[in-house]
Parts: sequence; C-alpha cells; structure tokens
Amino acid sequence: MFHIFCPYCQEYREEEEFHPSGQAHLVRPADPASVSDEEWGDYLFFRDNPRGIHHEMWVHRLGCRKFFNITRDTATYEILETYRMGEQPSITAANAEVRREQGVQTADGGWQTVGAQPENSRLNEETPS
Amino acid sequence: MSEAHSEASVGNAATFDTHPGADAGVTPESPLQWSRVQGHVTEEGGAAEQIRVVERPFLGHLVLRGGAITLDEAVRAELGVSLPGKPLGLVLDAEGSRSVQWVSPDEWLVIVPAGEEFELENRLRARLGDAHFAIVNVGGGQTLLELSGEKARELLMKSVTYDVHEHGLPVGKAVGTVFAKTSVVLRRPSEERFELVIRRSFADYCVRWLRDAGREYGLRVASASP
Ligand SMILES: [Zn+2]
Repeated sequence: MFHIFCPYCQEYREEEEFHPSGQAHLVRPADPASVSDEEWGDYLFFRDNPRGIHHEMWVHRLGCRKFFNITRDTATYEILETYRMGEQPSITAANAEVRREQGVQTADGGWQTVGAQPENSRLNEETPS
Repeated sequence: MSEAHSEASVGNAATFDTHPGADAGVTPESPLQWSRVQGHVTEEGGAAEQIRVVERPFLGHLVLRGGAITLDEAVRAELGVSLPGKPLGLVLDAEGSRSVQWVSPDEWLVIVPAGEEFELENRLRARLGDAHFAIVNVGGGQTLLELSGEKARELLMKSVTYDVHEHGLPVGKAVGTVFAKTSVVLRRPSEERFELVIRRSFADYCVRWLRDAGREYGLRVASASP
C-alpha cells in the first residue's frame, strides 16, 4: 500500500483513495483543424512508456476529487514527488540521478519512499494446491 | 397543492424547496427507510450503550463552489461563520447546528437544519449576484449518521483506512475517505461526536456494516425524529 501526498488536502493518504489517470503534461494542439493526422493521432493515442522517471496524472477520487501530478519511477514504483495541476516537476529524467546522489528532498509535494517489493518473495509465487 | 413558497427564481437560477411540507401531501422517507422496515433501526431513546449511532435525515446539504474570498463574504453574512480556508477544515456556528466544511480548494459543504436550505440558497444567490459561483442542493443524495460513545473510535478504526486518532482527526477536521469499501465524509464536529456523511443509496449498506462491526459493543442504530 502506498502513502500518497495529496497536494490539495496536504496530507498523506492511502492509495485506495486514489486512481491513476495516465500520462501528465499532454498538450492539446492549439488548432486541431490545422495539424496533420499523424500529429493528431500522436496526441490522441500515443503515450510514453519509459523505464524510470515518469510523470503521471492521478486523481484523489475519494478525497477532494482533484487531479494532480506524480513523478514516479516505473522500475521501482517509488513516488518521488506530487505537485498540483499547472505546476512543473522538480525531478525529471534529466536531473533525477543528481538529486538522488545529493539526497535532496523535493518540494512540498513530499518525498515518498514506500517500497513496492513484498517482504517475502514467496508472496508472489503460486502455491501448489 | 400550494406552490406559493416552494419555488423561486434568483438571478438566472430557478430553485425549489425540497421540503414541501405536510400540506403538499408528500411524506418524506429517510434514506434508512428500508433498514427500518427490516428492523435495523429503532426509535430514539433508551439506555446508553458503548456506541450510539443516530441517523439525522432530511438535513439541508448545499455544495458551494467558487472562489474562497467571494464565498466567504456571503457565508459570513448569511450564516455568521467564516468559510474554512485551510484544507480539511470544519466550522460550526454558535448553536452547533449549522456547519461549513472544506471539501476541495474551490468547494465547500454546508449542512443546516432541515428546511433551512431553501431560504439559505436563495439568500446566498441574491448576495452573490453575478459572481462566478455554483450552489447545488445535494440533500437528496446523501444523509448523515452521528457516532458517539466511548468505543466509537474503535468502531471507526475497523471501518476506515484514515487515522482516526486524536492527532489524525482532531475536533474541527473533516476528510473524504474510504469507509467499508465505499466513500464517506468523516467529520469531527466535537470531542464526543463523529459524523459520517454517506451516499443515500449506500445508507442501508453502511448501517448494516456498522451493526455488524459494532456487535461486540452492543451498538444500536437509532433514528432522530425528523
Ligand atoms: Zn485530496
């Protein structure tokens, strides 16, 4: 179970109250009629799938019901920061390593390191019945 | 049918009174009507238990949306309390029967005694005038349960993921969270009392959950007279 910091409620809440809503910072073409089919298709259907730092939109659906952004490591499931809509991430793929080496805690969004690895790997293995 | 005082038009919005009164020939049924028919709810009164759950049906629930500064002025003028500006704030008026709760940065929940919400909505609309705001009467969609007694906190610990200890949920705080796999607004209006604002359609489910979780404490669900 993750503890996720809601930047609107301004406290940590259980993962159960949240729902992921896909990649963050997508920009809708200002004039849809003038873009090519390929550009429009990219905007509509194609999403990044990086291994490592990723920015996602989540919604605090059972709390304040606001959307916000999360910077997350897709390889470790570590949530690095949360920030409001309209704000920019302070951790990106470009600066993540530097920050990690310096041990910098990120913005008000909070520094979150709830491991997603089960304490016991056998939990993930099927038990023969 | 006398409709004289049950409809109004303030600004560009039509409002109507959801409590038409006895003369209208409509008998209101509480969201716990089915639970009552099933014998899960008793009338108020009787010996004190370790936990007491009282239904407060038919209260006036209004959702206010808009900018904090604009709404604060109007709410202070009409209700005499200031809008809680900090996240998760809950304020009550001097009598303790009217409350304003922070829901999100641009959304507040106002709960007032039954029948007051129609007049309040009209007065707020008149006062807010052309400001950018929205008021929605959500009283038909949700209802309120009051929890009290020495074991009330223990019962909540079994039912919500939120930290209901004194430091997590002090007096004057209200949170939206998960209650028994459904949504709830959990409020702490006073030292000895918790409030659950639940969905109308989930009311019977919630009451049956509470009865089951509270069996070891001799829990009883009572109904306040409307
Ligand atoms: Zn929130």
